[in-house]
Amino acid sequence: MDDKHQEFRHSVKKIYHTIVAVFSLVGIVACFLIYMLTDPGFSAFRESDTSTSYTAIDKDENWDTIENGIHIRTGLKEGEGLMETVNNCTNCHSAKLVTQNRMDANRWATTIDWMQETQNLWDLGQNEEIIINYLVTNYPVLKKGRRAALENIEWYELED
Amino acid sequence: MKRRNFIKKATLTSIGTVIGAEIVFAHMMPEGYVPLAIQDPDPFKMFAKNKEMVVLNDRPWNMEAQAHLLNEKITSSQYMFIRNNGKIPENIDIKNWKVVFDGESIKAPKTYTLEELKSKFQQHTYQLTLECGGNGRSEFDPPAKGNQWTVGAVSCATWTGVRLRDVLEDVGIKDNAVYIGYHAADTHLSGDPTKEPISRGAPMAKVMQDETLLAFKMNGKEIPLAHGYPLRLIAGGWPASVSGKWITGISVRDKVHDGTKMTGTAYRVPCEPVEPGEKVKDEDMCIIESMPVKSLITYPKTGATIDEGKKLNINGHAWAGELAVTKMEYSIDFGSNWVSCEIEPAVNRLAWQHFSASISFPKKGYYEVWARATDAQGDSQPMVLPGWNPKGYLNNACHRIAVKVK
Repeated sequence: MDDKHQEFRHSVKKIYHTIVAVFSLVGIVACFLIYMLTDPGFSAFRESDTSTSYTAIDKDENWDTIENGIHIRTGLKEGEGLMETVNNCTNCHSAKLVTQNRMDANRWATTIDWMQETQNLWDLGQNEEIIINYLVTNYPVLKKGRRAALENIEWYELED
Repeated sequence: MKRRNFIKKATLTSIGTVIGAEIVFAHMMPEGYVPLAIQDPDPFKMFAKNKEMVVLNDRPWNMEAQAHLLNEKITSSQYMFIRNNGKIPENIDIKNWKVVFDGESIKAPKTYTLEELKSKFQQHTYQLTLECGGNGRSEFDPPAKGNQWTVGAVSCATWTGVRLRDVLEDVGIKDNAVYIGYHAADTHLSGDPTKEPISRGAPMAKVMQDETLLAFKMNGKEIPLAHGYPLRLIAGGWPASVSGKWITGISVRDKVHDGTKMTGTAYRVPCEPVEPGEKVKDEDMCIIESMPVKSLITYPKTGATIDEGKKLNINGHAWAGELAVTKMEYSIDFGSNWVSCEIEPAVNRLAWQHFSASISFPKKGYYEVWARATDAQGDSQPMVLPGWNPKGYLNNACHRIAVKVK
């Protein structure tokens, strides 16, 4: 009985040591990985870091900033349905393709159908109505007639 | 520095969330590298374009010139419009670039390397007008869907390459050939590798013309990437979408090619005229072939102010698809009187022609100089918008500039 007890205690100790070893290793690796996350270039161990351009940073800190009524990242106007539009309509193409176009609700619906049939656009569910409302409200159709007047002329002196 | 790195890493992680995928090996990225998925580079630098070019769309890239930028007789790359349908191919390996000829009407499929195309066939150079089918779309009412081009989606550069006809003769095609369709290396915006962003083509009569080229040079240099490097099909005088970029294959078809943007409403107009805004069934839409007669005043830039008594010299270009421009006129009184301009013959078929005039104004005031070209069949540009069509193609209404005499 004693022998068996001794043997059992021994095994428990062995397992305990193994667990400690494994956890310590995991801990060390985790510490290393966490360090890698914050300083992938190991810059703390180098004298100086001469790299200069991180163009993405400034933009991405404020991913969905809205300034003066404009969603900076996409250029879309602030309004009800803005984020539904951003999240569903700017994944494949630029928002510029959306804002260049002026359509009524029917034609937007047809355009969405076309994108779903041919361009891998997903089912928009309830967002479809929200998006179409956003578009016809913020980007309404403008009447141009058969020929518009020349506009926004920048006058200048023509030198010979 | 450490804070920056931390922000950089944090940024990459958040980008990972945004692009819907973890950036594996983010820590291995070179210093200062910005992942392609979120790159927002300066398109003017990236494509070596003049700063006055106008970006209509950045995914896919679409950029147009303004009238006064197109004053050169031969359009240089910095002023050439970009119309892309998909993503520009990356990592082009010209050593292993191949063009596959196949299709129902080919005797046996054949593949050429770029080098074989260049060395095996005689090379030709032509100056060729390429105009986007949707140039001028922005003026249609009700508005038409698509990139809202104004006047600047046209160019006339010189293109050097081999005749598609010569290559097809070498490949061997059957008598029942009707159309060719091109295939290219650009990729679909959705990322779906099974989809071609665009695969258009032309009927055999156009294919067999002297000026229809598989081109590898533009203005004597390698074609810029955005314009089709290393190989572009060039079919002058037709919607520029026929002139496929980054060509990797030509299918010779026994029917009208049915690739992407050949069917439905793409590059088609109603076979019979329709009321503005009318719905048109797909089967009632006909493929656009030769582009209509058109002209552009490229000098001076609109908005010129001149002193009373001074003459205004104007110049520009005129083109008419497959046809020559036979008459060029201007008006300073909204079409009450038209005055003939000098018009030069084209350097070769399908190249634009240059016009010029010296204009006197009767008194001080606001004027518009309108230009009107007439083609060899007697068709002239309309002063108002031509027939409305659902996709807003073929707006060849007269171009005009504003002038003040003081």
